[in-house]
Amino acid sequence: MTPVKCYPSKPEKVYFFGTCLIDLFYPEAGLDGIRLLEREGIEVVFPEDQTCCGQPAYTSGYQQEARAVAAAQLELFPEPWPIVVPSGSCGGMMRTHYPQLFAGSEREAQAKGVADRVFELTEFLVHVCHLRLEDRGEPEKVAMHTSCGARREMGLADTGPALLAQLGQVELVEQARAAECCGFGGTFAVRHPEVSAAMVEDKTQAIEATGARRFVTSDCGCMMNISGRFAHQKKPVKGEHIASYLWRRTS
Amino acid sequence: MSVQSDSVQTHPVQTYSPREFHRQAHDALGNPQIRANFRKAMDGLMTKRRDSFGDWDLEILRELGANIRMRALARLPSLLERLEANCQANGIQVHWAEDGDQACRIIRELCEARGAKAVIKGKSMVSEEMHLNARLEEAGIEALESDLGEYLVQLNEQTPSHIIMPAIHLNTDEISEIMHDRTGIERTRDVDTMTAAARAQLRERFMAADVGISGVNFAVAETGTLCLVENEGNGRMTTTVPPVHIAVTGIEKVVEHLRDVPPLYALLTRSATGQHVTTYFNMISGPRKPEEHDGPKEVHLVLVDSGRSAIYQDDELLDTLRCIRCGACMNHCPVYTRVGGHTYGTTYPGPIGSILSPHLMGLEDTKDLPTASSLCGACGEVCPVKIPIPDLLVRLRRESVGEGRGNVPGAGVKRSRKEAAAWKGFQWLATHPGVWRAGTSMAGKFRALTPSRLGAWTDYRSAPKPAGTTLHALVKQHEAKRHQADKAAEEKRP
Repeated sequence: MTPVKCYPSKPEKVYFFGTCLIDLFYPEAGLDGIRLLEREGIEVVFPEDQTCCGQPAYTSGYQQEARAVAAAQLELFPEPWPIVVPSGSCGGMMRTHYPQLFAGSEREAQAKGVADRVFELTEFLVHVCHLRLEDRGEPEKVAMHTSCGARREMGLADTGPALLAQLGQVELVEQARAAECCGFGGTFAVRHPEVSAAMVEDKTQAIEATGARRFVTSDCGCMMNISGRFAHQKKPVKGEHIASYLWRRTS
Repeated sequence: MSVQSDSVQTHPVQTYSPREFHRQAHDALGNPQIRANFRKAMDGLMTKRRDSFGDWDLEILRELGANIRMRALARLPSLLERLEANCQANGIQVHWAEDGDQACRIIRELCEARGAKAVIKGKSMVSEEMHLNARLEEAGIEALESDLGEYLVQLNEQTPSHIIMPAIHLNTDEISEIMHDRTGIERTRDVDTMTAAARAQLRERFMAADVGISGVNFAVAETGTLCLVENEGNGRMTTTVPPVHIAVTGIEKVVEHLRDVPPLYALLTRSATGQHVTTYFNMISGPRKPEEHDGPKEVHLVLVDSGRSAIYQDDELLDTLRCIRCGACMNHCPVYTRVGGHTYGTTYPGPIGSILSPHLMGLEDTKDLPTASSLCGACGEVCPVKIPIPDLLVRLRRESVGEGRGNVPGAGVKRSRKEAAAWKGFQWLATHPGVWRAGTSMAGKFRALTPSRLGAWTDYRSAPKPAGTTLHALVKQHEAKRHQADKAAEEKRP
């Protein structure tokens, strides 16, 4: 059975693992995540030597390579502070698969220690910070796509919507088949491009059908995929990382 | 009325191979009929499953189901021996087959020894796996499928596209056309009329059959009982009307106790079709006894290994054998929903097929199946016996590229020097943070040079462009600003 997660009280310091997609393509989303945490009085430590969680190699079957990359990341978090990750997919990799990758090795305890301290950003904001938001934005309809990593691997289907529900001027609309994958799947989109395209086509149609002109997500892989499809079709629907959306509307 | 199997062929014989997954997926994606049939059917099945678990705590039941299956597998060799002994005590003759060919041979010889010419079949995926119908036909024995979906698929000279609903790829109009073409009934859209026609056609064949062949859902070791779950009564007819009943199943279907059956049955029917119970639940515990008036004179059980004991040897892959064949993983799979069952080119399509078929057919033929998943986890989430399907897909990807344990047939078949070098390059970069930062920073500076076409990605989506500044750089600026602000605040203090 899914183990019950016990949340710590709000700490003074946290580590922030920005993820490689955010680092390269959506750095503002990472910075907005840091700002949200700092506004709660938390000091955010960003280990400079962070690169990638290793998931692309892991899901491609390149286990040794994934393990080497993961081992390098394990070294970044020596203090017992929580590790906040603005992605359910990378968070799931670190929480679920790091212990598997190092099971039976000398790094087993270290991997377990890191995995236990990994929190997805919206999870941390809801369950640890008990964040209270005051909406300063214009009235708007917005859809949310929760990534499969957040929803299923980390069990976080509710934390994103819970934060959006605090925004008084925002109407959260649910697209048809909200729980269905957008078709990104990392290298899946490259190895099976036509199937992936059929999936993202359905996802963009479902979001568009809600009437929302904006969708938010807690994962930049999904955003790159869904927004990329909207842009390719020159549709007016825009995607935004939930951290940026929350920061923008409440600062 | 009899089946006119030699009538005009309007539906060409279609063959599918897992080697052709990409081409078959392309064809299916471009076929609006296939897309609509599967989407509609899968949406319905997902809703039915979700609504059916109201009377149980789903998570507790899944945990129980998983444990029952794990316990059975942990004791597989001894349970199989107990099953054999108890079946024999009940008068069921037990046969062992190392592979599908041997199983077909055993069944053919049983038929031939009894002069059987006509066989009626209940639904059995193991018999599909070993192409039993074709093997019997070669020996001049006609095997007719009696499950309505299987019957339609057989009439249409196809293979099942789903393990529970074999004809799910067909809609009412297509079924009407097949029934008209192949059995001569008037075209109709009335499902009851078509069902009644098929029932009448099959009824005659039940009466004339020399042998009935069925599958098994649960084989109970402690009592030597074969459980058969079905809705149409064809399973009961198959196993009771002909003088000989041959049950065929994979060795993994054994459970230890009779009390293990109710939870698994509750999970199976709810997960498969959203039913609380099926119309029929057969418990077969032997042939007709001297004082009884009906039932088969002989009952045989053929236990097929066919790669399963090799799966059993590996403590990770072993989980594959927990499967109770409910089909929920395919019903919830966004890939299966779009490409349909035939695209996989295997007896077992969808997620369970992608983790099982490589063992049965080798990775050479099936190497595109473990990657045909976005690893969204929907399959693992609904699996009634909690098979970690996504983890097993990743394990098979490792085997494909030669980074597994090497004990799956065809391991290493996808290893290419180019790809391996690329991942080594990724590893080097991601473990040299200074170089990584320099690289990502350069990517941002020269973002104007980013290609606007990135292979297949940009056939359907705009190309992502690196941001002008990396998060690493933004954090540095942010920290510097914060530091300055802190300093200014410090100075202002009296």
